[in-house]
Amino acid sequence: MSSLSQRPQAPVVGLAVPHESARAHATGQALYTDDIAQRTANTLTAWPVQSPHAHARVRSIEAGAALAVQGVVRVLTAADVPGINDAGIKGDEPLFPAEAMFRGHAVAWVLGEDQAAARAGAAAVAVDWEPLPSIISLAEAIEAGSFQGVARTVRRGDAGAGLATAHLVVSGTTECSGQEHFYLETQAALAVVDEGGQVFVQSSTQHPSEAQEILAQVLGLASHDITVQSLRMGGGFGGKEMQSHAYAAVAALGTLLTGRPVRVRLNRTLDMTMTGKRHGFLMDWEAGFAEDGRLLALKAQLTSDGGWCLDMSEAVMARALCHVDNAYYIPDIELRGRIAHSNKTSQTAFRGFGGPQGMLLVEDILGRSAPLLGIAPEELRRRNFYSEGQSTPYGMPVRDAGRITGIWEQLLERSDFAVRRREVDDFNAAHQNRKRGLAATPVKFGISFNLIAFNQAGALVHVYKDGSVLINHGGTEMGQGLHTKMLQVAATALGLPLSSIRLAPTRTDKVPNTSATAASSGSDLNGGAVKDACGQILARLAPVAGAMMGVPAGDVRFSRGIVTGLGVAGPGVPFADVVRQAYLQRVQLWAAGHYRTEGLHWNPETMQGEPFKYFACGAAVAEVEVDGFTGAYTQRRTDIIHDAGDSLSPMVDIGQIEGGYVQGVGWLTLEDLRWDDSGGPNRGMLLTQSASTYKLPSFSEMPEVFNVHLLEHAVEEGAVYGSKAVGEPPLMLAFAAREALRDAVGAFGPAVRSTTLASPATPEAVFWAVHSASDAAARGHANGGTGHTPGTPAPEPESGQPQPAAVRP
Amino acid sequence: MDNNELLAGTDPAFTVNGAPRQFGPGPANTTALDWLRSNGLTGAKEGCAEGECGACAILVAQPDRHGGTAWTAVNSCLIPMASLDGQELLTAEGLGTPGSLHPVQEAMAGAGGSQCGYCTPGFVCSMAAEYYRPDRGAPAQRPADSGAAQPSETGPNGFDLHALSGNLCRCTGYRPIRDAAFSLGRPPAVKPDGDPLAARCGSPAPALRTTLLERGDGVFVRAATLEQAASLLAANPGAVLVAGSTDWGVEVTIRARRAPLAIAIDRIPELDAIDVREDEIEIGAAVPLSEIERVLGARVPLLGQLIPQFASRLIRNRATLGGNLGTASPIGDSPPALLALDARLILASAAGERTVPLSEFFTGYRSTVRAADELIKSVLIPMPLAGLTAFHKVAKRRFDDISSVAAAFALTLDGGRLTRVRIGLGGVAATPLRARATEDALAGRPWTRETAEAAAAVLETEGTPMDDHRASARYRSAMLANALLKLHADSTQKQEEQS
Repeated sequence: MSSLSQRPQAPVVGLAVPHESARAHATGQALYTDDIAQRTANTLTAWPVQSPHAHARVRSIEAGAALAVQGVVRVLTAADVPGINDAGIKGDEPLFPAEAMFRGHAVAWVLGEDQAAARAGAAAVAVDWEPLPSIISLAEAIEAGSFQGVARTVRRGDAGAGLATAHLVVSGTTECSGQEHFYLETQAALAVVDEGGQVFVQSSTQHPSEAQEILAQVLGLASHDITVQSLRMGGGFGGKEMQSHAYAAVAALGTLLTGRPVRVRLNRTLDMTMTGKRHGFLMDWEAGFAEDGRLLALKAQLTSDGGWCLDMSEAVMARALCHVDNAYYIPDIELRGRIAHSNKTSQTAFRGFGGPQGMLLVEDILGRSAPLLGIAPEELRRRNFYSEGQSTPYGMPVRDAGRITGIWEQLLERSDFAVRRREVDDFNAAHQNRKRGLAATPVKFGISFNLIAFNQAGALVHVYKDGSVLINHGGTEMGQGLHTKMLQVAATALGLPLSSIRLAPTRTDKVPNTSATAASSGSDLNGGAVKDACGQILARLAPVAGAMMGVPAGDVRFSRGIVTGLGVAGPGVPFADVVRQAYLQRVQLWAAGHYRTEGLHWNPETMQGEPFKYFACGAAVAEVEVDGFTGAYTQRRTDIIHDAGDSLSPMVDIGQIEGGYVQGVGWLTLEDLRWDDSGGPNRGMLLTQSASTYKLPSFSEMPEVFNVHLLEHAVEEGAVYGSKAVGEPPLMLAFAAREALRDAVGAFGPAVRSTTLASPATPEAVFWAVHSASDAAARGHANGGTGHTPGTPAPEPESGQPQPAAVRP
Repeated sequence: MDNNELLAGTDPAFTVNGAPRQFGPGPANTTALDWLRSNGLTGAKEGCAEGECGACAILVAQPDRHGGTAWTAVNSCLIPMASLDGQELLTAEGLGTPGSLHPVQEAMAGAGGSQCGYCTPGFVCSMAAEYYRPDRGAPAQRPADSGAAQPSETGPNGFDLHALSGNLCRCTGYRPIRDAAFSLGRPPAVKPDGDPLAARCGSPAPALRTTLLERGDGVFVRAATLEQAASLLAANPGAVLVAGSTDWGVEVTIRARRAPLAIAIDRIPELDAIDVREDEIEIGAAVPLSEIERVLGARVPLLGQLIPQFASRLIRNRATLGGNLGTASPIGDSPPALLALDARLILASAAGERTVPLSEFFTGYRSTVRAADELIKSVLIPMPLAGLTAFHKVAKRRFDDISSVAAAFALTLDGGRLTRVRIGLGGVAATPLRARATEDALAGRPWTRETAEAAAAVLETEGTPMDDHRASARYRSAMLANALLKLHADSTQKQEEQS
């Protein structure tokens, strides 16, 4: 066992403790960025001037009328930027654009004494627009050849040859919608400038170091002139990895120009119309199967909707291409990925980061093909699982491949799958208007940033003379429980109770050059760094303690706040006494820790290498019930076994799994982003720009029975205390719910028929799928066999999914 | 404005978390949320500013109609602070502190009910209201929905999950929050060391005050009598009438509108009463929907079906029939049900009163026959009620969503034959409407599958549905037809089960 993964006696990691801020959350005492702004006197509020066009040149901006509004202090435009007018890292993201690239794009900001003044001022700013042609839908972008970034291909073997030899070839199109993050706390920043011209920005951000760099770029300052703090976020989900920087930049520019504190807090409408979302994808594919159901070949073209600027779209596409395989071995494969350029918000990171879209493709293919192969979907999936010795299409060996099959078998047994399959079939036979569906799907998700440099982290651990400990690390807290885990790691590493450790807010002047808290990597990276710092301190304390107890340093043990020596009788020495003695001996009582993930290599040109430290695995079984009259459905039961390694914090990890699952169910079944792509006056408008029109899962979407278990004895050698990352992978367990819906829809149709289902599978989409299925049943398509073409014309006007199935013998 | 009959304007005052507070400076349109946050109580959050997410939920001590007080959860983002003049408010900060948690906070914190924590203070307030609900324990009486199997929405402790239907959490997936809710015990007995918030329920809630607040952005006034409201309205025909303010609040927050004059009508006795008479039921226009549900949910099954599907508990604690009808949205949920119930409205003005059938009330998109100087006084529901009623709402989400289509049915059967049929529809035209052609196709016929199918084909063609982000026109039409087919299937299934 590696020293990184090894746990000492009585570790604090592994204990199921509540979130470290739970009591502050529940009492309203926990502060968020705008709560701090409310407590800051003399603060100005910024409000954007938004484009009413999907694409338009700014001929001029006339601010006179705005400045005449009572309470308006200043109007910020491109002319005010002392540095570079760009809030991104790719040089394509002007903070004050000369050309509005999407409807809602901010071209100027107004500072007012309060929100009402700033908002009234923004309404009074006169912009002379020159409307330009726009591209809204993916289809329009493809038609116009409107792309951005570099197209990439993952290739192994010869997909064409593989398809030619297949027993059955199925082809189709799979389209999925984007997803709004809908973190409950919208984007927010508060900036103040001090007497020396240093700018201090509190930002609701997942990436304080990058915020610092971008503020330096915009303000024309050096990084040491700027400090960024991220106290906590009211949710991030990737939406505050990069998209938060522009708002921090506006606040920072405002404070620099006025000398007063400036706050930006988007209201929900602004947040939804201005910030990026999960990428929608359009995927054309052709898959070849052997007679026994083995996937032989897959050829696919993936097109993502990147929106108006590049943001992280290339990395999202890379991860999508690296996750099309999910848990399945596909020998001959060719996956092409390209990014459309459209006049929409710039789509960005969102929990899973392309992985969900890539995995949706293969799960959709398997779900649609299983009936054509005459194989039960769960059996078809099992037959295609990776086995030991096989590699991914991008050349990475799938170590611990047996873990997927192991989880699968455990889960099917634990969820009584076989018994419930019969119960569901019996129910469906007895009910004409209601049908139930049952399905199982696996998850295999690669952990590490594809960008190798991001796979490092820092920490700063202080031990004070009284034995109390203050830790800093580079990760940010967005609800995922990172700080809770870091407290547990520090307590474990120092052999102290949790009560001895305190955690200070994440800020760039404590730990510099940090990576985004993203890619599920927060605990792995920062945990490694915290452990390193604690280890350095213990290495210095051990000789002091050894001398106190008359044993060699190597025989000193730190546990539960007591220091003992091997073979030394008695209760041991309190940690604080050792610390005090060390201080008197002039021993350094603090340490900076660093961690880098070993063993990664990746060639972004060839899309080959080992970009991941390991894979996180899991599987879910879902049961749903569909009302044939309306297409409405309920989530009856979900069972999950997920691999979080040896969990650092089980309550936190279970929370991540459940929350990720329900968020994934939201993406796949409920959350319905609609953009106006008509030629009308609202072209380019996000039609679902509020909580009343964009519905998140609520209590009614939680599975009535929800059994979540962590995989036991799951130590991961390559990560801190044997744990695994858990932030993103569970989102993709939600495919089980989508496949269960497909199963239920299929029960309205003939015995053997491929069922297509739109994504999101809203009640309306499910209704039309049921309609097709019942139609097929009524028209006597129950002819069975594997060679038929399900040629029922799709009546669903919104499914976006023509029926698949070019089938060759 | 003629305010001779009103009290002189005073600085509204409140009890917030047990301490007296003054409104102080600030615009008349200031929401309760903004007031709390700018006065140091940042526990309540703005998540959506339209009463959809519940992050802003707080508790208000309201009369429980039995002489005591009910801690009532409301969306503070929608309510003008001035309208809470004289009221007692509680926020998450007032329920407990990290060192001394309230039982609800203890349950939430211990169960893993918070992750990012932003929604948590709101959840805690909604949960506390249900914790203190005096009749909790008796599982909520709600007519069984005839649709898909209903998950268990009532805990072993009587906790009704609908109490949390207006609170959104993006992190947890809700399971730990449900566990926390279902683990709550009873408030401790009222003793010297008992729960003072439980003890508070035993004495009356503060009455609403006749408030007058005049500020640069507008005037807020609460009328004491119908006459006063009518004369104010006559003198100021552009005034905004507010009771629960759940609709107007959205105009203020999302569309930045300001009311030059807002007249609160929630203290007018005639508007705040439910009167059950032999020949009809009269529901005051300003009675909150939660109250209607309590009083009439069992007596008028169609309302008993409608109200739990109407927005969320947080909204229903404030929203009124007068508001839902007056705003005249084609997708309001009460008009279809009230149309099926053959409801009439009493409109009142300084000149007197008149009664209008609801089916003649709506004249176009968000327009009605109500004159600028009139207010809706009450809703009349004739008795006896039809024997077979149903409310079918089609939406993306089961809890707290806006209808794509809503259809309400009230069918009177005599010997298996339909003698009287009323069908109200929403979401298929510029106004809510009666499905008259379908009513004709059903009336006088036997209630058979054939009749239902023939009438469904007619119902499918009623109205002029359109495509929008909620649904396609085609789906809306199909849902009309299927609502009738489903009603028939359910009613015959029930008959079979009974026989």
